[in-house]
Amino acid sequence: MAEEIERDVMEFDVLIVGGGPSGLSAAIRLMQLAQESEQEISVCLVEKGSEIGAHILSGAILEPTALNELIPDWKEKGAPLNTPVGAEKIMFLSETGAVSTPQMFMPPAMHNHGNYIISLGNFCRWLGEQAEALGVDVYPGFTAAKTLYNADGSVKGIQTGDMGIQRDGTPGPQYEPGMELHAKYTFFAEGCRGHLGKALKAHFDLEKDVQPQTYGIGIKELWEIDPAQHQPGLVVHTAGWPLKPDTYGGSFLYHLEDNQVAVGFVVGLDYKNPYLSPFEEFQRFKTHPKIRATFEGGRRISYGARALNEGGLQCLPKLTFPGGVLTGCDAGTLNMPKIKGTHTAMKSGMLAAEAAFEALQENAESPAAELTAFTEKFNNSWVYDELSAARNVRPSFKWGLWVGTLLTGIDQVLLRGKAPWTLQHGHSDHETLVHKDKAAPITYPRPDGKITFDKLSSVFLSGTNHEEDQPIHLTLKDASVPVATNLALYDGPEQRFCPAGVYEYVEDESKQDGSQRLQINAQNCVHCKTCDIKDPTQNIVWVTPEGGGGPNYPNM
Amino acid sequence: MKILVPVKRVIDYSVKARVKSDQSGVELNNVKMSINPFDEIAIEEAIRLKEAGTASEVIAVSIGIEKTQETLRTALAMGADRAILINATDSVDVDIEPLAVAKLLAKVTAEEAPGMVILGKQAIDNDMNATGQMLSALLGWSQVTYASKIEVDGDTLNVTREVDDGLQNITAKMPAVVTADLRLNEPRYVKLPNIMKAKKKPLEMKTPEDYGIDVSPRLAVQSVVEPPARAAGIKVESVTELLDKLKTEAEVLS
Amino acid sequence: MSVLLVAEVLAGQLNKDSTAKALTAAAQLGAVDVLCASGGCGAAADELAALQGVNKVLCADDASYEYAMAEPMAALILSVADQYEHIVFPATTSGKNIAPRVAALLDVMVISEVMAINGPAEFVRPIYAGNAIQTVTTADAKKVMTIRTASFDSAAEGGSAAVESMAVVACDAPVAWVSNEVQESDRPELTSSDIIVSGGRGVGSEENFALIEALADKLGAAVGASRAAVDAGFAPNDWQVGQTGKIVAPQLYVAVGISGAIQHLAGMKDSKVIVAINKDEDAPIFQVADYGLVADLFDAVPEMTAAL
Repeated sequence: MAEEIERDVMEFDVLIVGGGPSGLSAAIRLMQLAQESEQEISVCLVEKGSEIGAHILSGAILEPTALNELIPDWKEKGAPLNTPVGAEKIMFLSETGAVSTPQMFMPPAMHNHGNYIISLGNFCRWLGEQAEALGVDVYPGFTAAKTLYNADGSVKGIQTGDMGIQRDGTPGPQYEPGMELHAKYTFFAEGCRGHLGKALKAHFDLEKDVQPQTYGIGIKELWEIDPAQHQPGLVVHTAGWPLKPDTYGGSFLYHLEDNQVAVGFVVGLDYKNPYLSPFEEFQRFKTHPKIRATFEGGRRISYGARALNEGGLQCLPKLTFPGGVLTGCDAGTLNMPKIKGTHTAMKSGMLAAEAAFEALQENAESPAAELTAFTEKFNNSWVYDELSAARNVRPSFKWGLWVGTLLTGIDQVLLRGKAPWTLQHGHSDHETLVHKDKAAPITYPRPDGKITFDKLSSVFLSGTNHEEDQPIHLTLKDASVPVATNLALYDGPEQRFCPAGVYEYVEDESKQDGSQRLQINAQNCVHCKTCDIKDPTQNIVWVTPEGGGGPNYPNM
Repeated sequence: MKILVPVKRVIDYSVKARVKSDQSGVELNNVKMSINPFDEIAIEEAIRLKEAGTASEVIAVSIGIEKTQETLRTALAMGADRAILINATDSVDVDIEPLAVAKLLAKVTAEEAPGMVILGKQAIDNDMNATGQMLSALLGWSQVTYASKIEVDGDTLNVTREVDDGLQNITAKMPAVVTADLRLNEPRYVKLPNIMKAKKKPLEMKTPEDYGIDVSPRLAVQSVVEPPARAAGIKVESVTELLDKLKTEAEVLS
Repeated sequence: MSVLLVAEVLAGQLNKDSTAKALTAAAQLGAVDVLCASGGCGAAADELAALQGVNKVLCADDASYEYAMAEPMAALILSVADQYEHIVFPATTSGKNIAPRVAALLDVMVISEVMAINGPAEFVRPIYAGNAIQTVTTADAKKVMTIRTASFDSAAEGGSAAVESMAVVACDAPVAWVSNEVQESDRPELTSSDIIVSGGRGVGSEENFALIEALADKLGAAVGASRAAVDAGFAPNDWQVGQTGKIVAPQLYVAVGISGAIQHLAGMKDSKVIVAINKDEDAPIFQVADYGLVADLFDAVPEMTAAL
């Protein structure tokens, strides 16, 4: 239907897909370079969220290295970096107790002195204002639905999503066809597991020389707590309970300003037990005797979830292809031992911007097709050095928490990341689940509605909304697979790994034989991408819903 | 005929309003703000009247903080021709009351001389449902509230209104102040090139002083709290007992 | 000074329910005079006089007030406004149409949807669709307000107030009534119905929704649905009650096979009486229900329909 229609076209020098730290930093850097050399450049940024920051979720602790380079006078410009990191703690939890790691044994990467506890969403809102002030065309509420290619195979740009398509796929009365955005260079900065980035990696075979990417799911809540419990600047990380030692993951707990605390839980998506629910593990974590007190008498004010890359350097795809680049978490630049990706994502965007600007300066009309200079700049940057030093931490945990911790101690504290070996991650995350008959079911406690909650009341706090009358954006390659395979072999793990209650197996009334069907509540989707990653059959394909849909995170 | 469309910047309807712990109001910082949905319907109706040749120009006007420019840009991107922002406060927490808004709008109306003012029936933040009625009173124009259908017929406006027990058809002499109800239309999606064009459309900045209007509030907010949680009631054992309770105890069935 | 309550009288017919509830609120402010204006409203005035708490009824019987258009009504009210400190309307579409006009003409703010009265100048009202409750005081000498009828009980019968006729105020009304349209469907509108029967995913299929509809028709109720039921295709989109659907506050809300996700509760928690029928006794809907029945809906709903 949509194929025959003539679409409007707009042309830019550089098109950026995604208004996160890397995309916005790239946009800002491009404009700065253009101003410095008194040149005109047209830069367009599209963002699927209803506004910049609406879909941004992170811990977050910001290491201001890249920001200092990008906007040295960020303080004067009012950047929302309000809470310097103060006291720091790492605790290994058992069911009832906790052991803190002395500061001297903490890997250097986990020292946060000089860093800030921020809301990454608010930080991106501020970056968005800076970008707009510099003349970037910022368009929130518009999705990049698909990549467009030139006849020579290079990337031409993207097509924005159609608006007003009805549930059955036909155009409704308000139908507004998406348009084509063309650019000399398109930067894909969609964040972790971007749906165009995923397709581009396959199309250009960008991962052929690297290991499969590994991921984690991060679930976060924002609380307003009892002022007596609040210590602005306090940073707590935990490992151990409630996760079993064979599951990678841990928590973060950051005390921000205004009696707010960001608490979150990350579970490596290479977990094996299909009965594991990252959401429930997080809820249970909050009940630990050493943790619970923080939240007693407090009020939960926001909720969200997002997948993150954990693979690091050995999973980093080729960053460039004709007509475009991957930046930030769309490529996978997160530093896992630091549990930080903002500074590296920003820097990668800035480097891509510099490469693109130089290429446009050399030949404004038909610049070099592939920005290979970006890769060179990247490999010569501090981002590369950081990721190189970090490369062995995450894979060492495939042997479990204790071996991983020991190896990390050796690698990070003794060898300072300069080990002469590079560990392998092994499998892709969707391959790690064992069949249900080989797994022990997990019984999670019921939510108490005070410290722990159910999924739907959580999603309610994320401000998630999708236009109701639109096709389901969690697409299935084969509609029979969920029941025949996911349910039969793995007891429907999507019911548990989805942190938003999108997937439910319910009785199929049309069959009248007690058999089940997969119900997809697409409206609940918080765009975390976990299903796209962890579905054992890779049958679920996340595509962009109508622009502006998804969460509306405040302060996340 | 010009049409004036007042719009308000409010918390996006999909965001749950969160009461501040100091009970001073609802948290508005770093919260997604949007054009009041009923005002968006009003803008759409005005643009449709322009597209139909009935109106010649659509002017969007708003009263609020400087950032309300974004809301007006949305109206311009939908198709309004130009916009006026009366910057009446520096604080997102200050809600200019409908009476002051109506007085300002009466002044703007006197200056711009539109043939009609269309606005939302109420703002989804303070839920006052008053500005249109007040403006009509101050101007002495026909008051047409809760419109679900309007049709301009020379000097007459044929209107269908949403009332408690259904629909009511009325005729009103022009000029008129019309407040839009949910079913008046379904607003269009904004096109990307139109957002770009909207940046270049005129947006005039004004202050209440320019119009000689005092916007200080008449109402003082003492507290804003969350609604009390509903307590669980009782379990009944049977349909018979349920119906009995509904008749005799709750008195909602006869 | 006393209180003027503007009764809702349309085409001579008193909206007794809303007016009697607003009367209860008005009586908290002082002695209440009730304005009864419409065409042929003598009987309505007598009905009002028989309500407890009415000081006197002012009856303006004239065709120009037949459908309570805002312009003539406001002119009429203004002619006696100097005698009252409080001018009170039920928060019906008619009351909410007139009250702000009166307020503007008096140069005072209107106070909409008052749900509690703390004193002569302090009022409680919902904002953000009931997600927050605001307490305001007013500095205005005259207080013009609408009363959220769901928050007050009806004034009792048994009064015997005098009915005085009131002079008509000439008004060159620019708005003329043409006709009222009766709802096409026999079923009331979801957002204005006194009773709503809603089905959730527990209903199981589009066909089974007939059970819900049968009960609704027996009760003269509107039919609603949870988002889960709408998403599953059991019910049309415009039946959806909840955060992203319609917000309702009927006298009686019957939730059938609805688990009670918070998104649904956000759309119906202001209902006066909530009944839940669900076979899962742990369903969150029971936490807000006044009357819960743990039962298989396929037994309970037909039984209820038959018993009515």
